[in-house]
Amino acid sequence: MQQKLNTFSGIVFAVYVWTCALAFCAIAGLLLYSVVSAGVTQVNWAFLTQEPIDSGRDGGIAPIILSTVLIIGVCLLATVPLGVGTAIFLADRISGKSKLAIGIRTALDVLGGVPSIIFGLFGNAFFCIALGMGYSILSGGLTLACMVLPIFVRVAESAIRNVAVDHYRAAMALALSKWTTTFRVILPRAIPGLLAALTLGIARALAETAALIFTSGYVTRFPESLNDSGRSLSVHIYDLALNVTGGNDRAFATASVLVILLLLINVVTHFVTRKLLRQS
Amino acid sequence: MISAVTRDAALAFLLRSLALASAGIICLICLFVARESWLALDSTGTVNPADTVGSVNADGEPFQLSNLVNDDGWNPDGQQFNLLPMIVGSLLATFGSALLAGPLGIGVAVFLNYYAPKKIGWAVRRLVEIMAGVPSVVYGLWGLSVLVPMIASLSPIEQGQSLLAGILILTFMTIPTVVVASDAAIQAVPANQIHAAAALGLGRRATVWSIVLPAARFGLVSAIILQFARAIGETMAVLMVCGNIVKMPNSIFAPIRTLTSNIALEMGYADNHHRSILFLSGLVGLVIVSVLMLAANTFSKTQRLST
Repeated sequence: MQQKLNTFSGIVFAVYVWTCALAFCAIAGLLLYSVVSAGVTQVNWAFLTQEPIDSGRDGGIAPIILSTVLIIGVCLLATVPLGVGTAIFLADRISGKSKLAIGIRTALDVLGGVPSIIFGLFGNAFFCIALGMGYSILSGGLTLACMVLPIFVRVAESAIRNVAVDHYRAAMALALSKWTTTFRVILPRAIPGLLAALTLGIARALAETAALIFTSGYVTRFPESLNDSGRSLSVHIYDLALNVTGGNDRAFATASVLVILLLLINVVTHFVTRKLLRQS
Repeated sequence: MISAVTRDAALAFLLRSLALASAGIICLICLFVARESWLALDSTGTVNPADTVGSVNADGEPFQLSNLVNDDGWNPDGQQFNLLPMIVGSLLATFGSALLAGPLGIGVAVFLNYYAPKKIGWAVRRLVEIMAGVPSVVYGLWGLSVLVPMIASLSPIEQGQSLLAGILILTFMTIPTVVVASDAAIQAVPANQIHAAAALGLGRRATVWSIVLPAARFGLVSAIILQFARAIGETMAVLMVCGNIVKMPNSIFAPIRTLTSNIALEMGYADNHHRSILFLSGLVGLVIVSVLMLAANTFSKTQRLST
């Protein structure tokens, strides 16, 4: 009797678990398929190289691509030095159990959980107003840098920790200075992992909308400098879908560009991390 | 030529400064969001004369914090600032999505570890990874043009933008969060416990139900807390599918506006008290989410220590 009950509940449980997995796959598949299939047919060379016409109902997304690239460029210029420095400090220069290390990690963990709209509020108050940058690509990129930093540091730190102990010991045995060890031994060995951190950061930045609306703004023109306001791909999707009647088609076209870009980044990251795992 | 010792000292100083700067960002965020909220927080009693234009409500009384739940409604132009319907909207949408995404996500994590054939498991893991990276605005766009019309055809008020749409979109968005966190919790269960279960002749369900899930309970709670934190802070997708009407929802088909959507919708033109109140609701969100994140961390650490 006990045995039979067990099998019955075993079947029920298996059915439940499989249902969860199938439901998730069905939703994910449906979402990816409907976004890409509704949009990808409109994506062609003209769409990628023209300016938007009639608030984006027509024309292309060229200035928006340029703004996105600039925003992400600013973001990375700030994130990479700050993040790599922090990661080396946490992985190599300080005991993981020291109060300072725990404090820095906790601060980064909390930062990693801050909702994006609050980054938007902060970026608006700090970069746009207090530092006087106004609605600009610079403000948007720097706001995104704050947002991307925690995930970048986490991945970069593990990349640096993954550098084999042998290398440290060899460097020590050669009496290399810390400077040389850092720049000639650790960083070159950690490059694949740092690239993974970089691509993850780019993916995170590409996906962001709420933090950009009130920092880099809405403008659809070609930006002339980093002090100009510029609209990112994600903000363009939001605006077309919600504020422009008849903008849905172009919203899907832009969304499919964004999703395909993110899929490519995912594949690249996966490839790089696998290579890294094989290496260590 | 700079000596190696000075160079090393400079590098050590630089690395320490960079790390401290990274840690300082969260403080800067708290500071600035709090500073901008100050107008709303401070004006209890002491009204700054220079500011009375923005701080006197329709009845000619100075703004007080209690106005945020006592005013007649949300009408920033008329100095009416009742946030209650939005607080309720945010909580309902978040709890609703936690109820769905929690069991579903843990189910997927169990599937990945104990039921999935190797190749299918690999593919589902990749899909989870991909879905975690899909931008919230794309979830919102999909919700608006696929999910909302479906709900509209079922709804008694024939309107799709609703609390239900918000709950579903938040569920879809946060399943990957739950899967990743509970997957880690399940994998952290010590192998000797599972071997012991196998030696006792326990079946798969019994192993999972009586050994793995209890052993992983702290990590699973941590996964649900993370889901909650993610859902309550989500803005764009919810903004696109919920209808954004400021009214206490009376059914699951009623449109709602969440606190986060309210910020996104009104920040562009808000000033004085209005702006300050938007920052204040952001500050409250920031505090709630930070506490949740720290709690989630503590729970997942507890699991690691207790096993």
